[in-house]
Amino acid sequence: MIVIDDLHKSYGHQQILRACSATVNLGEVVVVCGPSGSGKSTLIKCINGLVPFERGTITVDGVSVSSPKTDLPALRARIGMVFQSFELYPHMTALQNVSLAQIHVLKRSRAEADARSEKILARVGLGDKRDSRPSQLSGGQQQRVSIARALAMDPRAMLFDEPTSALDPEMINEVLEVMQELALEGMTMMVVTHEMGFAQRVADRVLFMDRGQIVEDTPKAQFFTAPASERARQFLTNVLTH
Amino acid sequence: MNYRWDWSILFKDTYMGWLWSGLLWTVIISLASWAVALMVGLLAGTARSSPSRGARLLAGLYIDVFRNVPPLVQLFLWYFVLPEVVPDSFGLWLKRDLPYPEVVTAVVAIGLFAGSRVAEQVRAGIDAVGAPLMPAALATGLRPAQAYRLIVLPLGLRAIVGPLTSEFLITVKLSSLSLTIGVLELTAQSRHVENYTFQGFEAFTFATIGYLVIGLCVTGLMRFIDIRIGGAALRKTPA
Repeated sequence: MIVIDDLHKSYGHQQILRACSATVNLGEVVVVCGPSGSGKSTLIKCINGLVPFERGTITVDGVSVSSPKTDLPALRARIGMVFQSFELYPHMTALQNVSLAQIHVLKRSRAEADARSEKILARVGLGDKRDSRPSQLSGGQQQRVSIARALAMDPRAMLFDEPTSALDPEMINEVLEVMQELALEGMTMMVVTHEMGFAQRVADRVLFMDRGQIVEDTPKAQFFTAPASERARQFLTNVLTH
Repeated sequence: MNYRWDWSILFKDTYMGWLWSGLLWTVIISLASWAVALMVGLLAGTARSSPSRGARLLAGLYIDVFRNVPPLVQLFLWYFVLPEVVPDSFGLWLKRDLPYPEVVTAVVAIGLFAGSRVAEQVRAGIDAVGAPLMPAALATGLRPAQAYRLIVLPLGLRAIVGPLTSEFLITVKLSSLSLTIGVLELTAQSRHVENYTFQGFEAFTFATIGYLVIGLCVTGLMRFIDIRIGGAALRKTPA
């Protein structure tokens, strides 16, 4: 579904990603973790072309992300993305947030889009918040609207960039529950997160990154019980014991 | 102070006529130059944040030139210099056939000056409020132009209704510059009345109240717009 091959990315002289290769298969949930600054967010933003990269290839659903012939907007419409800081449109209601791209990208009628949006908002537990603006919602609710916005496009895969890092501890679970449900329904997901509990519950595989490289790409069980690299072992000790 | 107040001159037909006509021209010039300023400012401001290098440069050049030359000098350039440096036939048309040449020149000059200031506000609003949402909008599959039109621009504009109110007010006051090229707007007519009656205080009191009322109307209108489009509510958004 998503194939990353020998990806290199740098900002000026700062090398962010070095020779990253990984695959996410259909229906798989892959958690990407690692210390801050290891390139996790950059990696995930390369996948839908939000961040350009200079070397290597990424193919999504058989389509190359960096090829100039690729219709990038059409590709992005098929991959949902959820951001750390929600990035909802503050001048629109929850319903309008979810309907916008359906209307302008999928060319659904407003009525059709709104009906779909209501269904999805109800699914993430926000059926009663359709007319609320983002500023009237809690962080957890905003992030669920943002998930709904991505789901409304009927994506083939979902990318999550630290979806719970900006949330109060109490609100993390309501977002994780929605994501867990998605995973159980078979959604292909790539999730950058520090939530190791989530990884342990729903991940198929864990990518561990350090200083721009994918140090480890292992099935979940192995990652948590017997990580191959010293760096991953150290990381796990630090995040699991606090 | 040895001044003999005589408010009755404000109610004499001739003088009242002059003052009201001045007020009317002030309103016309203010509204027309604000329309020019908004259009040009929107265009140049959005061009400044466009992906095209040429458009960015051109808009930047316009803003730098028009924002840095005093508006009075610009007015003189448009009125006295332009007709002499363009091809003869066009210069002649400007001087002879253009209807209301002073008014039109004033509107263009003040509008383009104010437009350069509006452009910077528009750019600032887009950069600060609209542009950060670009990646999120693109991620949903919107094309860059759609993301710009549906998200970035509406958000950027909502953010700057406050500063734009000030620009609108400045534009109203700049309209008084047009008396230097012979437009009989409110300030000019007040001086006119003063010259005829020696009752300058009364005439300028009328002008003061006139500007004040226009200004309050502008402020009220912009506040109404701000509330209607939800700009005020957006700015109260907790981070």
